[in-house]
Amino acid sequence: MTSDFQNWLRLAILLAGCLLVSGCDEFMLFDPKGPVAEQQQWLIIVSFAIMLIVVIPVLIMSVWFPYKYRSGNTKEEYLPNWEHSNKIELVVWTVPILIITALGILTYITSHSLDPRKPIESDQPTMVVQVVAMDWKWLFIYPEYGIATVNEMAMVVDQPVEFLITSDATMNSFFIPNLGSMIYAMSGMENRLHLMASEAGTYKGMSTNYSGFGFSGMKFNAIASDKMQFDAWVTKVKDSPKVLTDDVFKALQVKSRDVKPLYFNNPNPLLFSDIIEHYTGGLNVD
Amino acid sequence: MSTNRTIVTEADPIFGRLTLDSIPFEDPIIMTTFTVVAIGGLGLVGSILYFGKLKYLWEEWFTSVDHKKIGIMYVIVAMIMLFRGFSDALLMRSQQAVAVASESGAGYLPPEHYDQIFTAHGVIMIFFVAMPLIVGLMNIVVPLQIGARDVAFPFLNSLSFWLFVSGALLMNISLFVGEFAATGWLAYPPLSGIEYSPWVGVDYWLWALQISGIGTLLTGVNFVVTILRMRAPGMTLMKMPVFTWTSFCANVLIVVAFPILTVSLTLLTLDRYIGTHFFTGDMGGNQMMYVNLIWAWGHPEVYILILPAFGVFSEITATFSRKRLFGYTSLIWATICIMLMSFVVWLHHFFTMGAGANVNAFFGVATMIISIPTGVKIFNWLFTMYKGQVEFSAPMWWTVSFFLTFTIGGMTGVMLAIPAADFVLHNSLFLVAHFHNVIIGGSLFGYFAGITYWWPKATGFTLDETLGKWACGLWTVGFFMAFMPLYILGFMGMTRRLNYYDNPVWNNWLLVAGAGALIVLCAIAVQFYQMFASIRDQKSNRDWTGDPWNARTLEWATSSPPPFYNFALLPEVRDRDHWTDMKELGLAYKRPSKYQRIHMPKNTWAGIVIGGISLVLGFAMVWWIWWLAILSGVAMLGAWIIYAFQDDKDYYVEVDQIEAIEKKHFSNLGRVGESVTEDLESDAVTISV
Repeated sequence: MTSDFQNWLRLAILLAGCLLVSGCDEFMLFDPKGPVAEQQQWLIIVSFAIMLIVVIPVLIMSVWFPYKYRSGNTKEEYLPNWEHSNKIELVVWTVPILIITALGILTYITSHSLDPRKPIESDQPTMVVQVVAMDWKWLFIYPEYGIATVNEMAMVVDQPVEFLITSDATMNSFFIPNLGSMIYAMSGMENRLHLMASEAGTYKGMSTNYSGFGFSGMKFNAIASDKMQFDAWVTKVKDSPKVLTDDVFKALQVKSRDVKPLYFNNPNPLLFSDIIEHYTGGLNVD
Repeated sequence: MSTNRTIVTEADPIFGRLTLDSIPFEDPIIMTTFTVVAIGGLGLVGSILYFGKLKYLWEEWFTSVDHKKIGIMYVIVAMIMLFRGFSDALLMRSQQAVAVASESGAGYLPPEHYDQIFTAHGVIMIFFVAMPLIVGLMNIVVPLQIGARDVAFPFLNSLSFWLFVSGALLMNISLFVGEFAATGWLAYPPLSGIEYSPWVGVDYWLWALQISGIGTLLTGVNFVVTILRMRAPGMTLMKMPVFTWTSFCANVLIVVAFPILTVSLTLLTLDRYIGTHFFTGDMGGNQMMYVNLIWAWGHPEVYILILPAFGVFSEITATFSRKRLFGYTSLIWATICIMLMSFVVWLHHFFTMGAGANVNAFFGVATMIISIPTGVKIFNWLFTMYKGQVEFSAPMWWTVSFFLTFTIGGMTGVMLAIPAADFVLHNSLFLVAHFHNVIIGGSLFGYFAGITYWWPKATGFTLDETLGKWACGLWTVGFFMAFMPLYILGFMGMTRRLNYYDNPVWNNWLLVAGAGALIVLCAIAVQFYQMFASIRDQKSNRDWTGDPWNARTLEWATSSPPPFYNFALLPEVRDRDHWTDMKELGLAYKRPSKYQRIHMPKNTWAGIVIGGISLVLGFAMVWWIWWLAILSGVAMLGAWIIYAFQDDKDYYVEVDQIEAIEKKHFSNLGRVGESVTEDLESDAVTISV
């Protein structure tokens, strides 16, 4: 027992040390920079707290009961044939049912309010960004601005963004932790995700669904800034001499890892739908 | 590795895709492992031949249809595979502990190797460790608990085991010949399709799982029939011990869910072998269908793993609390609830696929509802200890450790079941921490508890208690240290399956997790030593009574190890705690006056032969050696037909043989202690039970 206790103590000290080193902003899920992520942080904390109502008593009883009723402890009552109690059954069924009812209502409400397809309310018009998962990089197309980028995207603070997401290769998942919700990128299909940044900054974006050998390097920066800086960024991309022609796109399709940001001018406006079309083989009626 | 190797598209008529190039000579880790395994294997085979034990092994074990021996073999194979699966875990932990970099190539494992390792780890731990441990325990215990002489279809049981072994061997061959899948353990297409994975890895995965999966399916059929049809007289369904009940539900799940796996694997095989487009990215293939199908099997699979563990804890809690199980009826109904509900929650594995809000909400709420009966079970065990006299033996340590870890795992599971929260937690290390929390803290601890508890029944001697408690303590501490950091890393936005990462803060936590894995390594070492030491000291740990724990259910009524026919006379069951009932009525340890001859199945070569040929078939299919595949397919069918026409499948154990065995058992009983000796002396009137 003593050695166990010492192990625990050592562990606790080690963990406390790590937490100190880490600091709060390292916890991307608890450092929301947009309304979606903010609600999700709240949801995680509330559901955790609700469950503690039943979890803490269970943890205490798991240690306290065997200790209190240990063999050799003759002070406690011993009822070897006691096996049923309507009162206890009532409590052990009712308490979990109540908690799950509460969580179920929360689940239903948030499944709708945080539905990735649901537009975010704002006085600003929604900006559309088309996202293509490739082997192994992210291609972003801005149809409104006639530009395309690889492994870097930008958005305006407080302006909702609608991501239209597909894949030109295997299944990936598009995720910017500080902004909230992820969604799968799949070939031949378009998924929609609405996000918004409410604070300027450069946020990490990634793929969370394993997609092959280059998966670990499928990272991008999501830059949220005011309109002026965003426009400057658009101009910078536009000034890029590279045009996203069919040949350039074919070159992009070649497997590559740890790709540095690339800027392109004048992508084919139909590129995104062409990519989806390519995988449906004309079989998709939509 | 895979990427360096040429992709063979034209199969050689004799060797298929197999060339000398297929052996990864360039990889020092694999070659070292190969050398060690080869020397070890040769040593093992050599010593078997040297000591002339081959005949013994063949006659007593390999061809055996005795459920107890098959069960022991399952556990042995599972422990060996645990060793390999855990080695993979250590490789992953050490890679992640050193791979802080912004570019591919960090650490000592390139993605081409590392990605095979995490795939192999998942596949091995689920299919070749957890499944055989639970099937092994069911084999050892269930027929004894219901008072049967064997399972309903003894040959099928042997075949199931050898198909499982073939699958395991095929998977291990991939380590040295070719490569394994680098797709993640469920091999989602299109990544697992021929276009993105043109190497043999996914084919190994397909055939290893297909072969062992069919074995598991046959096991399911076998045990459903055994439990429904072969219970001792008087044992109604609601008098069945809880472990038998939970095993029954698990086997119903196997029968219903495993065909889905078989079909999904077959469709993916067709995609890869003859160019169909069930799941491909293009030509109308639908990758989402695969994900749905594989989880329609995969979620019930989770409950196949956990339900029998719940049964183990029920038996242990009641036995060591010296008390009847609290709320038997509600516990059984909770199990049935879980069994039925487990088929309507599969979508929670991919809320992020883009289903509508109502669909996600339905599956989220359904998932949460499962936690209600699960919670009730935990309360039932807690109230079994309440007003009992709890004895802290090693199985009880595992049980209390289970209460603590599983409750936390259940809680994080409910968090993941909220779709909107899952949108940020999915595929993160939080998820990885969660499922290890329930599979290790729930299933695995349950199997270890069960192995400790039923070891004396299977072998005739107990495991060393002190070492068992050490193993449990180290496992628990190691588990928390290895996986709590992963919850934290999940909150930090770290995803699963990363080969390298550029955040130095994550590194601190991964180092803690790595240290935890080393503690688990110590725990596993202690477990192996515990088994070794207990076998060495078996004379002093001998259990002459057949009931070393003063337990409650029928399996403890027979000797340890039981005679091959289990019970000389089938018991008449009056109470669900049959053995306690017998002891209280003073009917225990009584020698019956008369025996009757017993009808038993004969050992058969067919299981190991058909299983062995299935390994050849799998290997031939992986490497496109068509002539061999056809030949072995025909041979399997032929062997089956020959066996089917064999008349000599059963025999009778004659009364004098039974008398001799039972006489020995009852004289052994006298060697226990004073009280039992007195019982024996007063045993003037023999009662048939």
